[in-house]
Amino acid sequence: MQPVNYSRAGLIALAALPLTLVISLIAIPLVVLLVNGLGPESLDVLVAGSTWRIVGYTVIQALLSTLVSVVCAIPATYVLYRLRVPGRRILLALVTVPFVLPTVVVGLAFRELLPFAGTTAAIIVAHAFFNIGLVIRIVGGVWGQLDPRPAQVATTLGAPPWRVFTDVTVPQLRSALLASAILVFLFSFTSFGVVLVVGDPALPTIEVEIYRKAIQILDLNAAATLTLLQLVIIVVALAFAVRLQAQVSTGRNLTAETHREPIRGLGNACAVAATGALVAALLLPIIALAARSIRVGDGWGLQWFVEIFNPTDTTTRATTAWTSLTVSLRYAAIATAIAVPLGVMAAVVLSLARRGRTRLDTVISLPLGVSAVSIGLGLLLFSLTGPLDLRGWSLLVPLGQALVAMPLVVRVVLPVLRSIDPRLREVAATLGASPARAWLLVDGPLALRAAAISAGLAAAVSLGEFGATAFLVRADAPTVPVQIVRLLGRPGEANLGQAAALSVILIVLTALVVGLAERARPAKSTGW
Amino acid sequence: MSRVRLFGVTAIVCGLLISGCSSSSDSQTSTSSPEPVTVRVITHDSFALSSELVDSFQETSGILVEFLPAGDAGEIVNRAVLSSGNPDADVLFGVDTTLLSRALDAEVFDPYVADADLREDLVAAGAGVVTPIDDGDVCINIDDAWFAERGIPLPSTLEDLIDPTYKDLLVVQNPATSSPGLAFLLASVARFGEEWPDYWAALRSNGVSVVNGWSEAYYSEFSAGGEGDRPLVVSYATSPPAEIVFASDPKPTQPSTSVMLDGCFQQIEFAGVLRGTAHPEQARQVIDWLVSPEVQADIPLSMFVYPALNNVPLPQEFVLFAPRPEKPLSLASEVITENRQEWVEQWTQVVLR
Repeated sequence: MQPVNYSRAGLIALAALPLTLVISLIAIPLVVLLVNGLGPESLDVLVAGSTWRIVGYTVIQALLSTLVSVVCAIPATYVLYRLRVPGRRILLALVTVPFVLPTVVVGLAFRELLPFAGTTAAIIVAHAFFNIGLVIRIVGGVWGQLDPRPAQVATTLGAPPWRVFTDVTVPQLRSALLASAILVFLFSFTSFGVVLVVGDPALPTIEVEIYRKAIQILDLNAAATLTLLQLVIIVVALAFAVRLQAQVSTGRNLTAETHREPIRGLGNACAVAATGALVAALLLPIIALAARSIRVGDGWGLQWFVEIFNPTDTTTRATTAWTSLTVSLRYAAIATAIAVPLGVMAAVVLSLARRGRTRLDTVISLPLGVSAVSIGLGLLLFSLTGPLDLRGWSLLVPLGQALVAMPLVVRVVLPVLRSIDPRLREVAATLGASPARAWLLVDGPLALRAAAISAGLAAAVSLGEFGATAFLVRADAPTVPVQIVRLLGRPGEANLGQAAALSVILIVLTALVVGLAERARPAKSTGW
Repeated sequence: MSRVRLFGVTAIVCGLLISGCSSSSDSQTSTSSPEPVTVRVITHDSFALSSELVDSFQETSGILVEFLPAGDAGEIVNRAVLSSGNPDADVLFGVDTTLLSRALDAEVFDPYVADADLREDLVAAGAGVVTPIDDGDVCINIDDAWFAERGIPLPSTLEDLIDPTYKDLLVVQNPATSSPGLAFLLASVARFGEEWPDYWAALRSNGVSVVNGWSEAYYSEFSAGGEGDRPLVVSYATSPPAEIVFASDPKPTQPSTSVMLDGCFQQIEFAGVLRGTAHPEQARQVIDWLVSPEVQADIPLSMFVYPALNNVPLPQEFVLFAPRPEKPLSLASEVITENRQEWVEQWTQVVLR
């Protein structure tokens, strides 16, 4: 059979439109940042001791968050991917849920739950909450398919279980552990909503400091300089990670099928218990939040839900939840409509490229490291200094949200497309289909499914997006997360209760959107 | 997966898009219809006013007022600066003395001062561009009972606070994260000039405690506000009457706290017509209404500040428990804008490092 060769010219033509759009959309804010961020004042920012204290603090909290996430994820990954546990699919879904939850909502939930809210420890716990499911899925994807025989041999030769784990299993998982650690580090390093809500106001991270400098102090140059500094650190970290990845990659014995054993022995029982505790711990913040939303004084009731729709305190003529829900849904729909087609097109091109795959993977990780706040600041500066006066343009917010969601769309669609056996296309070609038709017949249906799944994710991300939105939001069109943060900025039980009620509604909406899209997922799936 | 379902999702998404577009065009065409004009007022999050007043203004003037709380005072002013000339709303309420010059430099406002019997010093502070609506003072609050029990005299000046008698008794807010905290820092600058860092160094050696926000200071650290053990706190001159108003029944006849009248810093709040508004005429009417006797009389108990209009009867709680400092400290708005960041950084060095 002849391999189907997608001609370079054809690919470039196909790639031209989406890639130009994607690149210019992401590049415009960055170029604007570069132009506005570099000036004589930049030096002041870069030599200031406070800047480096903030950078150091951000790196340390991100490293600790990564360490805690990965360590906590290991027992659960083992249980969910190597043992025959009842209700595995549900457990797997439960540990993944936090990843799509809106950041400010999670922040509020931990503020309710933790006695030590307002500390670095609270930030780390919240980051772990978000990312444990991600680590489980990435590491589990490899662990589940490790050939059990080397471990069995080691056991037969008398190695205790922990030696088998450290000497046989871990070396084969190193690469996957590192890959998940890099993502967790990126997400924790650029985390905004969580830090803003549960962090110590006197200990800002780079992301919070960018927002503070831009919106609270109105020093846009300093904010842009910090954003560029953040980008440089991310690029350096990614480059370091790629080198490390190359060093730790050892031979792995992967098999096509998964190997799950029955739960036997004390060690396994402990791991199952730990997984149970983890799942319970992941549910606790959501329960605490739900409880706060129906706790009224010393009793229980739906007063806060009623009040967000019909504010009794009309003195402020506060925005009702109808307004913010309509705004959020509209923005999410527009952002999804932008992010999904562009992301899918980019993924298609990347999936057909034959060479330079690892390099490409690094390149597509980069937008995940471009923080929401830098997208927000970039678009804000663009609206201020661009050729057109785009200030207050109502499409700025969904555009920012689309840019935040697009890399995730690529990450969802690309593995699905790559999992397609190229021989299927070859068969189609042998039967006389043109390369384009072969693609449509073989990849098309799967691409459509992947697009549907990614649409759910993109909509969920847009619904909960806060970093970019915070810079671009119009006073007369607050989104739900913006409204929640505003309510939290005011004292008193009523405001807290209403923030919790809005959060519960946002969680339900997010779950609906993701759940609807997940129905498109095939039974045996790869990637996240 | 069924295709039908996928198309269903697509249909919903399209539907949302279409409804989104149509509703935004609805709001744009409303100006030509005989419907009442809506004037949108951006406010800070602490804004409050009795709803009957808003309703009756709507009936008499035919103007619908929509309040848009959009962050703290600093945030709303900065956003107004960023959208200067192309505003999200028609009126901004809540620019204060510490932020005014930044807004003036960016030409955020169309000059308008309401023609009313306003307190002259407040009008002057508005530079002929914005109308003063209210003012208040940030002062040291005292837990009277704590001092009475121990037979220690109440502190009466800023200098008393660095006296060893009052060691470990004061809690303040971080000026980087709190507006009363910033006001108290500005008070020290206004009083001690260039030597203000020395004053703070002395406060530090006298055991001053720093927290991030007002709530934490008042409710967690202040001995009269909750579980705290410090009898002196930076708060507002109107906190004692607020204590009475918000107390549950039976209300105490006397607040348990008092105000140290030395070292208070005055904060004036203004409202202005945003340059570029589509409804300048109605926006001015709204500002006139904000300084009308009815609204001004409502302001003390809604926002716990003093009215800017002369001869407005004050509520009983204010008359009894909120004496005004005779000479509150203040600084020119330009001076604050120019130095604020540097002062806050210097303060951080002196007090926290």
